[in-house]
Amino acid sequence: MNRIAMAALAALTAAAGLGPAQAGSEDVVVENAWARATIGTARPGAAYLTLRNAGDATLTLTGVAASAAARAEIHRSVTDEKGVSSMMPAGEIAVGPGTSVALEPGGLHVMLMGLRSPLDEGDGFELTLTFSDGGEVAVPVAVLGIAARGPGG
Amino acid sequence: MKMARTIAWSLVGLAVLAFGASWLWTDRRGGGPGDPAFAAAFELTDHSGMIRTQEDFAGRWMLVFFGFANCPDVCPTTLAEVAAVMDGLDEDAGRVQPLFISIDPERDTPTALAAFVPAFGADIVGLTGTPEQIARTADGFHIYYEKVEEAAAPGGYTMGHSSQLFLFGPEAGYVRSWPYGTLAEEILADLKEHLAS
Repeated sequence: MNRIAMAALAALTAAAGLGPAQAGSEDVVVENAWARATIGTARPGAAYLTLRNAGDATLTLTGVAASAAARAEIHRSVTDEKGVSSMMPAGEIAVGPGTSVALEPGGLHVMLMGLRSPLDEGDGFELTLTFSDGGEVAVPVAVLGIAARGPGG
Repeated sequence: MKMARTIAWSLVGLAVLAFGASWLWTDRRGGGPGDPAFAAAFELTDHSGMIRTQEDFAGRWMLVFFGFANCPDVCPTTLAEVAAVMDGLDEDAGRVQPLFISIDPERDTPTALAAFVPAFGADIVGLTGTPEQIARTADGFHIYYEKVEEAAAPGGYTMGHSSQLFLFGPEAGYVRSWPYGTLAEEILADLKEHLAS
């Protein structure tokens, strides 16, 4: 009984995330979501997308989950003036009203850890973005080839 | 007076020593990208298990870059850019050898590289070695790498590393480098100019 109620609640929450019921996160427009194919599951994958805030208040992305991975985090690759690149958790991402934040190769990206199965070209999976207002947005992600350089392949 | 002269001569002596030391230092380090003597030099194992040195690629231009297979963002992006550059060279592709050198010898065995590098196509050769070989290679190329603790990553760490793409000429001499993020189209145009010269 309890389990059924929980499942129903989860389903409702998921449905609410997709619809315009939440304050704030309904103004998020997610575009060009893609990920690179991986070979096997031992190494982490990366997904990219553009977040556009069509509303009039700042939106903050606080968390991300992926159906394809045990764990997903927003990471940032940075390259310093000596040409040394490294990567670190990016924390929360604020998107100002009317602006966009791009998660793209060499910068912000969703790091996918503990892949449940290899990401094969042509497949897809779902990312769930959580915002500071508690709203969730489900994003379908297309898996492109391993040598893809952007959402167009 | 005598004391002042002694001090003066001591200072001259020190200056000569400092000059000599700095000259020896630069000489022994073999310069770097600014030094005309800077050349590609390595002895590593490729992703098929063969020992390779720069001499195996003599007569061809070398596109050399560093990374590690567990890198989800910067390294696959560079591999994809290099593959795009190679595709763009068409019939000149045979004159250029792209080399991906691992700076993560602990995880990147030749077998691990064999499951990663060839997937990008363009005949990119993956090279790895013992930690000592990689340290020596990094020294020779004047590049930097370090382990960064990252609990969630496989093995509990990720790597920070120099991410530029180097071009060496047919005699292995350094030609130029492009910083990470340079568009493949721009690299291709530069490279074509060098190949035509």
